[in-house]
Amino acid sequence: MAENTFEINDRVPAGRTPAERIPTVVVDGVDIVYRVNGTGAGKGSATAALNRMLRRKQAEKAAGVRKVHAVKNVSFVAYKGEAIGLIGTNGSGKSTLLKAIAGLLPVENGRIFTDGQPSLLGVNAALMNDLTGERNVYLGGLAMGMSREQVKDRYQDIVDFSGINEKGDFITLPMRTYSSGMAARLRFSIAAAKDHDVLLIDEALATGDAAFRIRSEERIRALREQAGTVFLVSHSAKSIRDTCDRVLWLERGELRMDGPTEEVMEQYEAFTGDKGNKPKPKAKPKPKPTTAVPA
Amino acid sequence: MSQVLHTPPPTPAPADDDLAALAARHGLSVSGARPSLPEYVRQLWARRHFISAFATAKLTSQYSQAKLGQVWQVMTPLLNAAVYYFIFGVLLDTKRNVPDYIPFLVTGVFIWTFTQSSIMSGTRAISGNLGLVRALHFPRAALPISFALQQLQQLLFSMCALVVILLCFGVPVAASWVLAVPALILQFTFNAGVAMIMARLGAKTPDIAQLMPFVLRTWMYISGVMWSIERLTGQHKGLPSWVAPVLKANPPAVYIDLMRYSLIDSFKASQLPPHVWALATGWALVAGVVGFIYFWKAEETYGRG
Repeated sequence: MAENTFEINDRVPAGRTPAERIPTVVVDGVDIVYRVNGTGAGKGSATAALNRMLRRKQAEKAAGVRKVHAVKNVSFVAYKGEAIGLIGTNGSGKSTLLKAIAGLLPVENGRIFTDGQPSLLGVNAALMNDLTGERNVYLGGLAMGMSREQVKDRYQDIVDFSGINEKGDFITLPMRTYSSGMAARLRFSIAAAKDHDVLLIDEALATGDAAFRIRSEERIRALREQAGTVFLVSHSAKSIRDTCDRVLWLERGELRMDGPTEEVMEQYEAFTGDKGNKPKPKAKPKPKPTTAVPA
Repeated sequence: MSQVLHTPPPTPAPADDDLAALAARHGLSVSGARPSLPEYVRQLWARRHFISAFATAKLTSQYSQAKLGQVWQVMTPLLNAAVYYFIFGVLLDTKRNVPDYIPFLVTGVFIWTFTQSSIMSGTRAISGNLGLVRALHFPRAALPISFALQQLQQLLFSMCALVVILLCFGVPVAASWVLAVPALILQFTFNAGVAMIMARLGAKTPDIAQLMPFVLRTWMYISGVMWSIERLTGQHKGLPSWVAPVLKANPPAVYIDLMRYSLIDSFKASQLPPHVWALATGWALVAGVVGFIYFWKAEETYGRG
């Protein structure tokens, strides 16, 4: 294991000397396990439920609790000023890892250290469809921990950025009347209004039309300059290439590669057969130079 | 190993178990750990505007699709009171011997509904808002408190309706109406405390939300919402003597009687349990403090698993 970390720790972002690198997120041998109730494994689920209540820990499996090992022994260090992409096929543990970094999911083994409070980009859950866009801007801002004055100050910027009012006074209408694209734009604008130390973005760039996508990518870059570190989960190779300088590739919960964007993306595309011109995807691509983490 | 590297490392590489040391050296903290109690209170205070905005937002979004809109804030409690009047006042004729029965009943129903809905929404505060809990960082106690606050706002609408009812039934405006304010503050504290206890229980075992309506209905019937406890216990000669004082000392009954005492002139101080303000304050403090600490103890576990 020492070799792997050796590699990971010493990747220096271009133009920096190792002396000035400040770690913002340290992920130390992390396992994440989900426990799912009521999968009805074995017996009928009513009996299983009763069993579960009576026997608690002893017979998790017999009682129909299934364990899903979502992230397996992942270690890396993220430094200030880095933008790190997380890639991997569906269900490979990207979002889970992101939530654990945000402190929203418990880890089974290992520990995650962070500088300040990393925050997920997204306020969807705090917004209410029956309220006007205007009130949602306030509600979302407050939910993210901004003060009333901060929200007031940035209100106009948020509305302008979302472009909701470009086609009329829509911000004073309830959000349920918005098209899905408009709602997504407003949500992104609210979420991106706050400055974060460590920013975690989960597929947020795939919303809106082309013009808005370009604007939001610019915004991400700006956030990245303010924020210490940005993590981006995306299936879009383009937005990863545009935004990130380092990429972590997760596959079946394991950290398969960690390296500069281009190298990892090449391997990943070969693996998924994305480009078509690559040879058949191998089960385990041989680590190229600098692709340090063997699966 | 050397062929794995583009450039030779300029500094010796830390070993795996040095990650924790590296984190410690740069002052990083463990993600998702529970803050200390004073720190938790401070964080909660910092989110006070979110708590009130969330409560108001929930309240207004409730009837935003209805044609009559916010009129339902007042209509719903009035209709509720009308139903209870029909059943307990007309059909069962509970009103015998209770002066000013309608103000008596409506006050009871409104004040009870405040406690009942706070507890009910508290039970679902975490389990019903997992999306929010799993996406954003904030002290989770903000949720049950916010739901209790929403019910308080709802009650203030009901109180407007209540004042109209009181005046219609010839209850005179009196200086004692001012006592409604401290009574409501104490009841709110009690409700928020119980809501936090229920929120933790409901987060771990969502099934409790299915059970609560039955518990709450039983609680309502023994709290003297529709009838006067002392008259009821007076009629049943066989009851042991401790039953009436115990029923009258249970928190909802205390808050209901306090409100009746402050608003209705025919409800005399002699009908209140002894040391009623001490009792009301005691229940509020016990529920508030115990509920808050109990809820905080499990802070890091909400929304997980």
